[in-house]
Amino acid sequence: MTEKNNLIAGATGDWEVVLGLEVHAQVTSKSKLFSGASTEFGAEPNSQVSLVDAAMPGMLPVINWMCVEQAVRTGLGLKAQVNCYSVFDRKNYFYPDLPQGYQISQFKDPIIGAGKIEIDLDDGETKIIGIERLHLEQDAGKSLHDQHPSMSFVDLNRSGIALMEIVSDPDMRSSAEAQAYVKKLRAILRYLGTCDGNMEQGSLRADVNVSVRKPGDPLGTRCEIKNVNSIRFIGQAIEYEARRQIAVIEDGGTIQQQTRLFDPKSGETRSMRSKEEAHDYRYFPDPDLVPLTFEQSWVDELAKNLPELPDDKKSRFMSAYNLSNYDAGVLVSEAESADFFELVARGRDAKMAANMVIGSVFAGLNKSGLSLAQSPVTADQVGALVDLIADQTISTRIAKDVFDLMFDEGPDQGKDPAVIVEEKGLRQVTDTGEIEAIVDAVISENPDKVEQAKAKPKLAGWFVGQVMQKSGGKANPQAVNAMVLAKLGIEDAE
Amino acid sequence: MSDLTQLSLADARQALRDKEFTAVELTQAHIAHMEASRELNAVVLETPERALEMAKASDKRLQSGSAGALEGLPIGVKDLFCTRGFRTTACSNILGDFTPPYESTVTQQLWDAGAVMLGKLNNDEFAMGSSNETSRFGATLNPWRAKGSDENLVPGGSSGGSSSAVAANIGVAATATDTGGSIRQPAAFTGTVGVKPTYGRCSRWGIVAFASSLDQAGPITRTVRDAAIMTGAMAGHDAKDTTSVNQPVPDYEAALTGDIRGLRIGIPKEYRVEGMPSEIETLWQQGMDWLRQAGAEIVDVSLPHTKYALPAYYIIAPAEASSNLARYDGVRYGARVATDGDITSMYEATRAAGFGDEVKRRVMIGTYVLSAGYYDAYYMKALKVRRLIANDFASAFEKCDVLLTPTTPSAAFPIGSNQDDPLTMYLNDVFTVTANLAGLPAMSLPAGLDAKGLPLSLQLIGPAFGEKTLLKTAHVVETAAQFTAQPNNWWK
Repeated sequence: MTEKNNLIAGATGDWEVVLGLEVHAQVTSKSKLFSGASTEFGAEPNSQVSLVDAAMPGMLPVINWMCVEQAVRTGLGLKAQVNCYSVFDRKNYFYPDLPQGYQISQFKDPIIGAGKIEIDLDDGETKIIGIERLHLEQDAGKSLHDQHPSMSFVDLNRSGIALMEIVSDPDMRSSAEAQAYVKKLRAILRYLGTCDGNMEQGSLRADVNVSVRKPGDPLGTRCEIKNVNSIRFIGQAIEYEARRQIAVIEDGGTIQQQTRLFDPKSGETRSMRSKEEAHDYRYFPDPDLVPLTFEQSWVDELAKNLPELPDDKKSRFMSAYNLSNYDAGVLVSEAESADFFELVARGRDAKMAANMVIGSVFAGLNKSGLSLAQSPVTADQVGALVDLIADQTISTRIAKDVFDLMFDEGPDQGKDPAVIVEEKGLRQVTDTGEIEAIVDAVISENPDKVEQAKAKPKLAGWFVGQVMQKSGGKANPQAVNAMVLAKLGIEDAE
Repeated sequence: MSDLTQLSLADARQALRDKEFTAVELTQAHIAHMEASRELNAVVLETPERALEMAKASDKRLQSGSAGALEGLPIGVKDLFCTRGFRTTACSNILGDFTPPYESTVTQQLWDAGAVMLGKLNNDEFAMGSSNETSRFGATLNPWRAKGSDENLVPGGSSGGSSSAVAANIGVAATATDTGGSIRQPAAFTGTVGVKPTYGRCSRWGIVAFASSLDQAGPITRTVRDAAIMTGAMAGHDAKDTTSVNQPVPDYEAALTGDIRGLRIGIPKEYRVEGMPSEIETLWQQGMDWLRQAGAEIVDVSLPHTKYALPAYYIIAPAEASSNLARYDGVRYGARVATDGDITSMYEATRAAGFGDEVKRRVMIGTYVLSAGYYDAYYMKALKVRRLIANDFASAFEKCDVLLTPTTPSAAFPIGSNQDDPLTMYLNDVFTVTANLAGLPAMSLPAGLDAKGLPLSLQLIGPAFGEKTLLKTAHVVETAAQFTAQPNNWWK
């Protein structure tokens, strides 16, 4: 399928980029895939290594059912085929951080088959991206090259940690789509609690397969960019790699199938190994493990207890709260944001709640680089602020100031909004006498504008603005508006 | 006091219970005999202090009436079993002086039952061999010699240290492992009894792996009753080995009733191979007669894919081995050959020096058969053959309860005679690999001597978890055969 707006212009015409992703997601589990060693991040090197992880002689892997359950739940979240029979294979290669000399993975018979993800694009459109498969596998250890002048060290804490490799179909046609895919996948995993999605700590990494072709042509030769560990880098790597491939072909060259690395410093990809240098992994069924089997009834039970996922939550927000597609999309991007919103919206005007959560809370957190969990204001406080707007104690305009006082570091941080309003005297002026005095003053000071407004009723807005300003924003805008129109003798400003 | 090392396991057990002698006395006799038998090179690590310590503890339990099933009985342990605090090398240089901080499940069960560890026993390097000649510690000698000859013979392999030690009365029994015949063939070459239980009957946890889908632990003993007792102590489910099977362990000794009336004994015609000595053919016939006389029925059966078993085995076993042995890199344990170069040169030097020729040969074969482009032609095809062989057995066991075959196509051969010809060496396994490929229980027991006075043995193969029937049948053959011959102690 060709999407015109995604084409990249080259010297010889437009090019289409074809993208498929292999995402490695660390399974949220206290212990490793085949051993009881801890998976906690940040421990002393080699302090979380069992005899199995170190590949001691005679040691045998034993499957951790928590990881199986997490993989199945993920499969259900991806609306995928769950295979009640799957097989662990050995992927053989020799590397210092791989003590067994093989990685236990799944090759021919993965635990999860075909599924799909609906991604949300910037123009409000959605697109279905196919999932080819998901399989369970062990992570390798980590080589440390910066600890000693002449030696490399190996940390086996990661060795044996469970990963889900999630392979997409080559359905994406732009870096933006690839980024949207990773964002959506990450959101689903986090909703499910099957992967924390922490890309900085390496809990989520992507291998990006990139090829280019003229629209309508067969698929081009692909290059795989290994281990890209942020959504921004995924975008940069694709943009660079697609243009590199186009330049090679337009210069009369051909693309060699390669594994490449992305260098975040230069923003470029460079060759790691060619197809000829590729490993022959010699996959075969791991004879230390029996095939992984479970009952469909167990899968059904897990399906019943699956949490509401982003797409369903978004639909519900749009129908139940009457939110826009955009607002609902923003709110459901993280389960925590959606929960925060629902706390604020409970028993209140949902649109007002959404505006406050998106416009004030998220904006504030974004500006100060805080996560929702670190927010200085609670959902209850935000709700109380919405209540103050709803009962006309303050205007929306003043509410922003009150929010800033609650949010910013200072004596008012964390205070109840009603207390701030009282202490600062921010209560909205609804006393018509007081408002009338200001309206009269503005009218008498601007006779020329009065004439103009009578001819062109829209100019009444200027008077409203002046009155609001003079009142320090505390005047009730609806009251001001009505009074200005009355005094100017205008029936309807429209 | 008579020579305590002559006693069978069952007799020694009874005597200890009857307080005819102490576990320490029994152990001391075996330690002395072990030290006097060093010429056989069956023991690669003697642990006399540990043995006496364990024997003393056994005596206390015997006194207090809390004795285990193997209380005070001195046994040897194949060097493939990890023993906590005692060097375990699989008889390979690459493991150096590796001393495991853990105990294999099977040996732990034996110690828990009160057994006494005399030492670690020789084997072919990583259990790869049929003559015990590939060990880093050198060849083990067979206590048996041909009549009037002083030529040294092999004790079989890979459990050659186990078979030699038991045949020479160094231990009352020994642990062993069997991947393609490594318990049964050495038992056959030394006139001892060897049991390879059903795959999954004994835990593989803590046993240095050769070919994980085929490896199975079992005992070598001097009598069928001893084999029943040892098998019972070694068997059992282990949560640490998910290929072990969660089934109760029956009382194998109780199965030795002598009553096999109505039992159907299958004779697979494919086990009559060309070039097999007529003595073995005769012995096989003799075995049938004994069983018939005891009331069993002899039925002809066919295992049509038998001829493909050996090639399939020599694809599957090396394939798994090539992967299992990748962990030996000189980094975390075992021997390391330091070089001036980078880590790759260290790996290369370590593995070049650490692995012997037979191990290297099998790692290369295994890597080859798993390689892209060859996988389907070799490994996949071998797996299909494996399935067909299992099907053959399944059909055969519809017609019979247990199969009777020779264990090996020849008696023990001289040290060095097959060294330069791996293929002839591999032929030793022709009757034994089938049971491993199908995961079935099988055992070997001595049934007679050839013209040179060397032991010849018969093999029984049963359906999965048919150990009771196997042992019961073997017990009847043993009673009929009256095999009382012993090696003549030439080494003492």
